[in-house]
Formats: sequence, C-alpha cells, structure tokens
Amino acid sequence: MDKTVESGVSRRGLLKCMSWAGAGAVWSVGGGLLASASLDAALAASSPSPSSSRTFSFVQVSDSHIGFAKAANPDARVTFREAVARIKALPERPDFIIHTGDVSQLSRENEFDDADQILGEAGIKSFHVPGEHDMLDEGAGKAFLQRYGKDTQGDGWFSFDHKGVHFVGLVNVRQLQAGGMGRLGADQLAWLKADLEARASSTPIVVFTHIPLWMLYPQWGWGTDDGAEAIGMLRRFGSVTVLNGHIHQVAQKVEGTIAFHTARSTAFPQPAPGTAPAPGPIVVPAGQLRSVLGIRTARFVRGDADIALVDQPLQS
Amino acid sequence: MSKPHGLSRRLVACAVSALLFAAAAPADGQTAPNAQGATVKISNFTFGPPTLTVHPGTTVTWINDDDTAHTIMAMDKSFRSKPLDTGDRFAFTFTKPGEYTYFCTVHPMMTGKVVVKG
Repeated sequence: MDKTVESGVSRRGLLKCMSWAGAGAVWSVGGGLLASASLDAALAASSPSPSSSRTFSFVQVSDSHIGFAKAANPDARVTFREAVARIKALPERPDFIIHTGDVSQLSRENEFDDADQILGEAGIKSFHVPGEHDMLDEGAGKAFLQRYGKDTQGDGWFSFDHKGVHFVGLVNVRQLQAGGMGRLGADQLAWLKADLEARASSTPIVVFTHIPLWMLYPQWGWGTDDGAEAIGMLRRFGSVTVLNGHIHQVAQKVEGTIAFHTARSTAFPQPAPGTAPAPGPIVVPAGQLRSVLGIRTARFVRGDADIALVDQPLQS
Repeated sequence: MSKPHGLSRRLVACAVSALLFAAAAPADGQTAPNAQGATVKISNFTFGPPTLTVHPGTTVTWINDDDTAHTIMAMDKSFRSKPLDTGDRFAFTFTKPGEYTYFCTVHPMMTGKVVVKG
C-alpha cells in the first residue's frame, strides 16, 4: 500500500520533505510545483480582477473546539469570533467557508449553537466535515449530521461543483478502530470512486477532510488508515488540493499533482510531530496565542488552474 | 485494635502478600490486583497502567489528567464512557473474568486492557 501512495519514496524521505511554514507564508500550487510568496504580495494579488469572471476564493477554518476553556485558551469562542472577523475583513469576499472539523469540543448542542452563531456572523455559506470531537454525542455523530448533513451522503460526505472546480468533503472520523488512525471505510471509498469517475482529469479537485489523508505522523495517529486508496483515485487528476485540520499547525507536502495542506486551529496550537510527549494543547504566552491561530484563504485564478493558499494568523 | 506481637504480625503480612502475589500477579509484571478498586490514569495520551489486572467485582476508575477530552470504549462495547473532560472520572465494575481491551474513540491510537481473573 505504501508503495502505491509514495511512488518509491520512503516514508522517512517524505517526512523530511515536509516543510513547516511560518506565519503568513503563502503557497501557490500548480502541476505539483510549489512556490512561496510574502503575505503582503499575496493579499495585494487577492484584489478582485474583473477580467477573469471565474476567479474566486474560499476560506478554510478548522478546529474551532467551541467549548474548550483551558490554560491553552481560556475561551475558544473569543478566538473563533476573531477568525470570523478576519474573514469579514478580507479584501475579496469569499464564495464560501469550509470548516474542516472539530467544530465543538464535546459535541454538545450549546457548543454547536455557539459555533453556528459565530460563523453565521460572516454571512457566507459554509460547509462542514466532522472532526472526532464532533462525534462524542450519544448517537456518535448524529448531532453533527442533523445540523450539517442535510445534502450529504452516508455519514456526511458530499461533493459539489463550483465555477469549474470539483469539491469533495470526506469523513474520516467515524467508526474509528482501536489502535487505528483516521478511517474512510469501504462504503465511502466506493462512493468516492463513483463520484470521481464522472470527472475529466483536467478538472481541478479540492478535497477536504479532518484528519490528514496521508501518513503525516502515525506515532500520534496523524494519518488515515485507508487514505492511500483515496489518494490512488486522485492521481490521474492534473491538480488536486487536499485540505485538512486536526493537527493545529500548517504543514504541507506535494506528491506528484496532489498537494496536501493542514491548517491552523482557531482555538489552540499543538506541538510539531515528535517534539512533545503527546499531541495535546500547547500553552503559549497569552500575547503569542493569536500568532499561532489563524484562517486560510484559497484563491483560484482561472486560466492557469492554480490555487493560491494564504495562511493568515489571527495576529501577525 | 490492640497492638499485636511485632514478629507474628509481620509474618502474617508476609504470608498474605506472598499468597496474593502467587495467586494473582500477572506474568507480564503489570499492576497487582486490588479487591476494592483500581485506578487508571489518563495522562499524555496514554492509559496508565496500560494493562490492569483485577479480581472479579473490582470497580475500575479512569481519571482524565489531560488537558483534552478522552473516552473509554470497550472493544466488545461492554462499557463505554461519556466524553471525559479534564478531571472527569468514569467507573465500571468488572464482574466476569476475561480480557477487556478498550480505547479512546477521540484518539484511537490510545489503547488499554483490563484483565479480570479470579
């Protein structure tokens, strides 16, 4: 399975290849090439261009953990609200917002209520995939699905097309197995296969899910056990962007035409792989918290099929 | 309680511990059984001890010492906790002998085992 995914490159080699972006780095991905630019330059480039009608942007937020109130962040609602204020202040209004999971801390109704109320302040359509923290109700995810699963398949996966780009939301936090990592399951993989079969290889694809689809750091469960099967189905496409959360920090990897990007949390940071005894919340000095939380803007400029990602901290 | 003769009391204590050890100490050197109750601490995303051996009738209490939520879910679904926030506890009384593997549904890499033997 590893050989299929990694094309002969060792896992160690891939881990070495991953780079850890600092605050405000910008990654522009097209045809497997990765380039970075300064945040200022990217935001300047984000001003709407009337000549390209299909140019658009969307925003990714992740791991809002509404209900979290510990030393690492005394109130995750406050920082989530600041993230939404950042979205409202963007120079170009995004077409939609994608929340890549762990909306809540403990899947409580009041947590989801607060999250919806805060995100609603943006006044922009939003899509959600669940994180494992959103599966903790008695029904193991029913509360999330009732709220966000209206136009979805199975346990909440879905796809849609927007201005020539095919978006796929995957659920990799259901029916998790003891000793395992993220998991998609045979039924969801079968759905994905059928969903992708209908698309031309030239269609840009954006996949979003909570746990990294690739084996980012298995020692901490930061990977998806059957993610390789999904990645295999995505290989024939010329431009694939996989966006996830879960690890509360920016990391990326490019594998052929597939680029993987994990996003910051809006609630609290987590340690870089292997730099702490466990992947729990890190307590940083209060003045620094907002520099390690943030939002991500993705902008498609049609004509060159590139997607430009800007990771913007809540506070520079 | 009146003060017993030092030597005989020590001998009795020795004999009792030896018996307990011989009867119930697991071969892998994990925690010794406790008739009243036993505790598993959740700290740094690990269950401590990872394997706990108890007598039937023992109530095992899990305590979450981490700054994040965890759950306790038996592989055979014979017990399942609500999400445990920091400082929260979950208790379950094991009546039937057997090996009970459990995990945290939030972080499924976290696994533990309770061995119940008479």
